[in-house]
Parts: sequence; structure tokens; C-alpha cells
Amino acid sequence: MTRPLMEYLLHILILIGIYVILASSLNLIAGYTGILSIAHAAFYGIGAYVAALMALRLETSFLVNVFCAIALSGILGAVVGIPSLRIRDDYFVIATFAFQVITFSVLNNWVSFTSGPMGLPGIPQPVIFGWVVSSHWDYLVLVFCFAALTWWIVRRIALSPFGRVLQAIREDEVFALATGKNVALYKVLVFIIGAGLAAIAGSLYAVYISFIDPTSFTVMESIFIISIVIIGGAGSLWGPVVGAVVLVTLPELLRFVGLPSAFAANVRQILYGGLLVAFMMWRPRGFLGEYSFQSGEVRE
Amino acid sequence: MSAAFLQIKGLEKRFDGVKALAGFSCSVGEGEILGLIGPNGAGKTTLFNVISGFLAADRGKALYRGKDLIGMSPHRIANSGVARTFQNLRLIRQLSILDNVLLSFRNQPGERLGNVFFRWKKCIQSEEENRQKAFSLLKETGLAEKANGPAEDLSYGQQKLLSLVCCLAAEADLLLLDEPVAGIAPEAIEKILEIIRRLPSQGKSVILIEHNLDAVMEVCDRVVFMDAGAKVSEGTPEEVRNDPKVIEAYIG
Repeated sequence: MTRPLMEYLLHILILIGIYVILASSLNLIAGYTGILSIAHAAFYGIGAYVAALMALRLETSFLVNVFCAIALSGILGAVVGIPSLRIRDDYFVIATFAFQVITFSVLNNWVSFTSGPMGLPGIPQPVIFGWVVSSHWDYLVLVFCFAALTWWIVRRIALSPFGRVLQAIREDEVFALATGKNVALYKVLVFIIGAGLAAIAGSLYAVYISFIDPTSFTVMESIFIISIVIIGGAGSLWGPVVGAVVLVTLPELLRFVGLPSAFAANVRQILYGGLLVAFMMWRPRGFLGEYSFQSGEVRE
Repeated sequence: MSAAFLQIKGLEKRFDGVKALAGFSCSVGEGEILGLIGPNGAGKTTLFNVISGFLAADRGKALYRGKDLIGMSPHRIANSGVARTFQNLRLIRQLSILDNVLLSFRNQPGERLGNVFFRWKKCIQSEEENRQKAFSLLKETGLAEKANGPAEDLSYGQQKLLSLVCCLAAEADLLLLDEPVAGIAPEAIEKILEIIRRLPSQGKSVILIEHNLDAVMEVCDRVVFMDAGAKVSEGTPEEVRNDPKVIEAYIG
């Protein structure tokens, strides 16, 4: 196998790993707890910018940066999660959308701090206890470890009594309250965890690509992450993994059909849209899902 | 009557000018089964919603063991030992029968995030204990065979039975049962009444809303008849049944 081809395949696997982290963490919020959020790319972006800015300006080590990214994103996760206690369903989606737009605007317009649309180039390679992460293989190992950790965290939560309460909240909040569960606390905690985990993906993306700009963290990206969760299967542990594999590799296949590149980008959008509509119509639970985003009356 | 276990004093609740509760007062003793009857719209379910914290009262008190429940959030009321069922049956139909019961246990270590990650052994251990308790409850009520199937596979009567089992799992001392036997088959009614009848011997008190008067007469120690948000009559089942005001309200 030629070297460029090998690196291309590793690149795809690294991206899959990053999206497994994003989709698994969103799955905790949307799939298990049933709170649809389109702010996930905002937390992803916050993670990326914290890790990038700290590496560039403070020259702190990668793990410290990841930790700070998780912390800041988690705090903002609580800020977004708290309104979910008062506004319900569709209206809450709008609230998360607002947060998404605000985050993008800050990243894009606070030029003195984030360099705005010019982005942040030259993000240094991470060094972890003396291990310099430089080759594609190194990055794959790094991303795989974090993806496995994230998946394990989501699994541990999902299979615990805590996760059972989350599912109860998703299906019937009143019943959860009547059985003495502090629904508000659970929702905020889930938002903190989900946002914190998304920040890990952002940190990894920043150091891997070594350049970030705000266009990677738009609402379109949020919707892409939601698509992975829905198509893979909301409320299942392997769903986000399957979804990430399918949605990351599928558009890559378009490259080999020989479409002109300007055209291929548009086809990609059409493909995502078409897939989402098709799944909603014929398989709302996704490949492996337990839960479909439908009203109770419609659900089988 | 034993010392007041639950004392409801002058509860008022208005909905757009309609008085759902108009200064309702009554009390329930420890180990007592109180029947609550009255026509539709009398405010019976509103009373439950207020006591269990799902609706805010405009005025009045509900003292449970001397502590006012009014103003407390539903989950805190539930955790202080007040369990309820719902008229329109609330269960998590997608989860298994066993999970519904497991969900109902209070203060589970595994429901704390810190324990989930740092004291997993403790979580597993308490989960195992709860699982055994849940199974023995389900066995007693004849639901054990389907325990791992989804709750939605149960018949209507069995679902009512399951929500009663959930209250038992909560180890509540006060059970608010909203029409536990309405609309179900006679054998199932007998089974549910049998469970309710045994509650006082375990030190539990019950308020029972029910339209099935035979059932009320059978299990209740005392009956309150309410209409238009207020108490109209109170006494033993016999007394209330023969009260002219009650007869008038039901027939006239």
C-alpha cells in the first residue's frame, strides 16, 4: 500500500474516532435523556479553541489543555442545560440553537482573542508524558484511546441506575418525579457530561488538524452530529459508532466516483439530507436505536 | 382515630375562577385506609396533585408527620415517603417491568454519578438487593414471569397492579391511589384490593380514590365524600353510603 493511501485511510479512521466521541456524548443527552440539542458543535468548538489557544499562548501540555477544555465546556453545558428545566422540547431546541449561534459569533468576531475568521494556524503537536504525537498512527492511537474512554463512560452511565433514570425522564418525566427522582439535577448533570466529552473531541481535532477556524463549528456541524446519532440509533451504545462509520465514510466514497470536487461537496449535503429523510420515514430508530424522535402516539 | 399522620387543612386551588379545591380539610391516621369518593370534577385528583407537589396550592396546608408538603417539589415529597399512582396510568412502557419496579426504589447509590464512577461495587451490590426485592414483590403479585418484558405488554389491569407494586417498592408510608381498580376485570380487582387491605399491617396509610363503591366499602376504614372541592360527608363506609346528602349528589 502506498504511503499517501495509507495516510488517507488513517485520516478517515481518526475522523471516525472524533465523531464517535461527539456522537456518543450527544447520544447521552439526546438518545438516553431525550433532550434534543443542536448546540453540540458549539461545545466541540469551545473544546477546540481552549486547547488551541492554551497550546499556542500558554504552551501548556496537552492533557492540561484537554482538562481545561472539558471544564469550561462543562460549565457552559450547565448554562445551556438549566433553561431545559423550564422550556420544553421544541422550544428548548431553539434555545440550544441560540447558544450555537452565539458561540459561533464569539469565535468569529472576537478577533483579538480567537483571530476570528483567519483561524488559528500552527497548533503544536501534543506531547503526552514524553510521547510526541506526530505521525498519523500516533494520532490514531491517541484518538482511539479517547474515543474508547468516552464510549466506556457513556456505557457505564447508560447501564447504571443513573442511566435508568435518564431513560425514565425521556419516556415520562412525571413518572420520574413521582418516583422521587430530581429530574432537574439529572438533566443538568447530563448536559455537563455531554458538553465536557464533546470538548475532548474538539481538543483532539485542533491538535490533529493543527489549524482551526470557526467554520468547523457551525450549526451544520451540529446537525451532522445529530444525523450520526439518529442514523446510527439513538439510545444505543453502538449506534453512534455505526453512525460515525457510515456518515464519515459514505461521502468519501463519492471521491472515487469521479465527480468534480466542487460538485462533490454539494452532493455530500444532498446525501446527508436524503439519508436523514429516508431514515425518518422508514427506520426512525436508526440502525441500532432504542428510541425514535416521534411523539408517543406515533411510536410503535 | 390515631394521631394525625396526614393532616390537610383548608386547601384551596382555583383554575381560572373554578374552585377545584374550596378549603378542603381532612386527616388520615397511621395505618388507616381513607376512601375518597365523589362525582367527576369534585377535585379528588386535584387534591392528589396538590399533596404530591405536582400542582401548587393557592392556600392551605398538608402536614405529613408535622411537615408541610405544600411548596415542596414532587421528587422531595416522594422521597419523604409519599407515593402515588395516576388515574391515567403512568409507567415507563418501553422499559421492562422489572426496570419500572427498580426505578421506584428510593435513594439508590447507583443513581449518584459519583458512585457510578468511583464506587461501582456498591452500586452493583445495592442493585442486586433491589433486584431480589423487586422479584419477590413481582412474585407475590404474579407478574414475575414477564418481569423482563416491556411494561406495555401487560394488560390494563396488570399495569394498574404494576403501578401499585412500584409504590410498594418505594417503601412509602403514605400511598395515594387514584382509581386503582377502575375499568379492570373482577379477578384483578380482588388481587389489588387484597394488596391494599394488607397495607395497614405494614404501618402504611392510604388515601384511595375510587368510583367502584363496592371496592371502597370493602377496604376503607373511613370514607370522605367530596363535591365541588369541599368535604360534604365523612364517616364509616356505612354512614357515608346512607347519608342523604351523598345519595342526593349521586342520584339527584
